[in-house]
Amino acid sequence: MPEMLEVRNLKTYFPVRVGILDSLRGKKYFVKAVDGISFSIDRGEIFGLIGESGCGKTTAGRSVLRLVEPTGGEVIFDGVDVLKLGKEELRRIRRRMQIIFQDPYASLSPRMKIGEAIAHPLIIHGIADRREAREIALRMLKRVGLTPEEEYYDRYPNQLSGGQRQRVAIARAMALKPDFVVADEAVSMIDVSMRASILELLEEFRRDYRLSMLFITHDIAVARLIADRTAVMYLGKIVELGKTRRLIDNPIHPYTKALVNAAPSITRRERREKVKLRGEVPNAVNPPKGCRLSNRCPFATDICRTKEPELREVESGHFVACHLA
Amino acid sequence: MLEVENLTVHYFTSVGIVRAVEDVSFSVGRREWFTFVGESGSGKSTVAQALIGLVPPPGKVVGGKIVLNGRNLLEMSEKELRSIRGKEISMVFQDPMTSLDPLRKIGDQMVEAMTEHGIDEEEAREKAVRLLESVNIPADRMDYYPHQLSGGQRQRISIAIATALEPCLLIADEPTTALDVIVQEAIMELLNELKEKGTSITFVTHDVSLAFERSDRIAVMYAGRIVEMGDADELVRNAMHPYLKALLESVPDVCSDKEVKAIPGNPPDLRNPPKGCRFHPRCPFATDICRTQEPELREVENNHFVACHGVV
Ligand SMILES: Nc1ncnc2c1ncn2[C@@H]1O[C@H](COP(=O)(O)OP(=O)(O)OP(=O)(O)O)[C@@H](O)[C@H]1O
Ligand SMILES: Nc1ncnc2c1ncn2[C@@H]1O[C@H](COP(=O)(O)OP(=O)(O)O)[C@@H](O)[C@H]1O
Ligand SMILES: [Mg+2]
Ligand SMILES: [Mg+2]
Repeated sequence: MPEMLEVRNLKTYFPVRVGILDSLRGKKYFVKAVDGISFSIDRGEIFGLIGESGCGKTTAGRSVLRLVEPTGGEVIFDGVDVLKLGKEELRRIRRRMQIIFQDPYASLSPRMKIGEAIAHPLIIHGIADRREAREIALRMLKRVGLTPEEEYYDRYPNQLSGGQRQRVAIARAMALKPDFVVADEAVSMIDVSMRASILELLEEFRRDYRLSMLFITHDIAVARLIADRTAVMYLGKIVELGKTRRLIDNPIHPYTKALVNAAPSITRRERREKVKLRGEVPNAVNPPKGCRLSNRCPFATDICRTKEPELREVESGHFVACHLA
Repeated sequence: MLEVENLTVHYFTSVGIVRAVEDVSFSVGRREWFTFVGESGSGKSTVAQALIGLVPPPGKVVGGKIVLNGRNLLEMSEKELRSIRGKEISMVFQDPMTSLDPLRKIGDQMVEAMTEHGIDEEEAREKAVRLLESVNIPADRMDYYPHQLSGGQRQRISIAIATALEPCLLIADEPTTALDVIVQEAIMELLNELKEKGTSITFVTHDVSLAFERSDRIAVMYAGRIVEMGDADELVRNAMHPYLKALLESVPDVCSDKEVKAIPGNPPDLRNPPKGCRFHPRCPFATDICRTQEPELREVENNHFVACHGVV
């Protein structure tokens, strides 16, 4: 399969406010929210990104679309480096690269009817005229299960539940028939009984338009269901990457093990192998030396505390950044 | 230990009466982990709040009995209730800041929770240190303010406060929903330890996997009613209500390649719930009686209760 998107050594640092003394001394501090990640997504592939809160998933997704300005690296979309594009070119390519935001409150204007929120971008991008846009919007509302669609068209975001707003956000992104979508926790607020049909719908888009997707989630069971391959992030780095099922059934990195082990499961009333991490995720301004997990990892040795492990291919297509792998 | 009979709670809103909880009966035994599971709006939180006498206006308990250790809480004065809260029955919330004061050190808050109930200051301080350690937080954090702690730490502290006086019943309403799985796991372990020490847990969650992994017994709620109730193992193996069957089929599983199926339709508006069985508009097996007559929650097998006309 040809690559739709290739991300090379992407870095996004945010400056943190420091006290006046430090700034006089010219000291600068950064949150290294994304600190040199690389991966590629094939055409028609759903690529999962999992990890704990604050590990940099959203920042990675937004950086790829340049909704935040990356500090360095390359993002090759369909042969073009998105990070090198000028304003106008970026605007044009945006139709093909959409995002479904984690927080649908923030992404929907409170004063715009949700039907218009879906129709508007179609008009802006010159895809449809007013009447056609309305029709497409109605069709999309129906597909995401907001029926009767005529009634929902005229509702405002505050008249919807969190899960319903997420469905609007999905409808809006998909109406543009993009080639690539960043789906940031796109189904997290949708009730389970409905979630399965929304995931099915995403599958349909993938099939029908050969859509590629960066699927960000904290729910590993959902990643297993929908993502072909998955990367695990910890403190701005990818620690493991591979075929989703393989990665979940045979995690190699201690962090992945802990994550998979902690995920609740109906079929696992008896817990399997326990990997417990000490303490909590450290501050991203001052990550530990060497391996970033070394201060929490039960297996850490001297080398882990001094040398940063590289992401190495340990089996075909399965990459791990751990000295002990 | 806790017996609830025919609990009914309505919200009297300006746009109509929301029948949030209707005719809910269950009991929680000593050292038992009892879970309410259901989708958003099914009435779980309302049940939890009713148990501790904190249904927010315009909500009102309009019927039923809540009997804790032989006494009906619904017949108690606010003063009596206050003396019981924290001491016999206690609650942790989804957002720990619901019960923590942002402006006061957590140590002081822990101590006060005990001195309020007549424990002397010095003893309370010693106990607070032990409690912090029991929830895996170093004692020097006594002097921290809530905002200096992570969400997981705050939740552990609110559990420590809620259990300071060793209540026999701890109600936990989605205590891990805002937290990551690794932190969630630690909180669940903590609750389990409390249970092992003798506390009964009434747990509320929308997370079906979490509910079934941890609980002894489960009540499945749909649109304000319990539709099925029994041992967690039994319900997984032998689900009978079409809603529970469909719900179990809709949940993806992290350790298997099971297929998932959505449940068509939407839950009803509780201002105007469907006549008969509240699930009938979404039920593929609904017959005439389902559309007209409300099914009772019946014990169909030993300790396995179902509210469905189709289950014989
Ligand atoms: N605009 C910003 N300015 C400064 N720091 C930021 C900014 N956005 C994010 N960060 C920091 O970058 C890190 C990564 O944040 P990010 O939102 O990408 O995490 P995430 O993995 O998406 O978390 P979650 O699962 O909670 O959504 C965090 O430490 C966060 O506080
Ligand atoms: N303060 C309130 N005022 C009016 N209606 C409410 C209030 N709280 C909850 N409800 C309604 O009561 C029903 C049950 O809600 P809730 O107990 O919060 O469910 P759950 O916890 O299962 O999501 C819902 O229809 C909800 O909209
Ligand atoms: Mg995020
Ligand atoms: Mg609730």
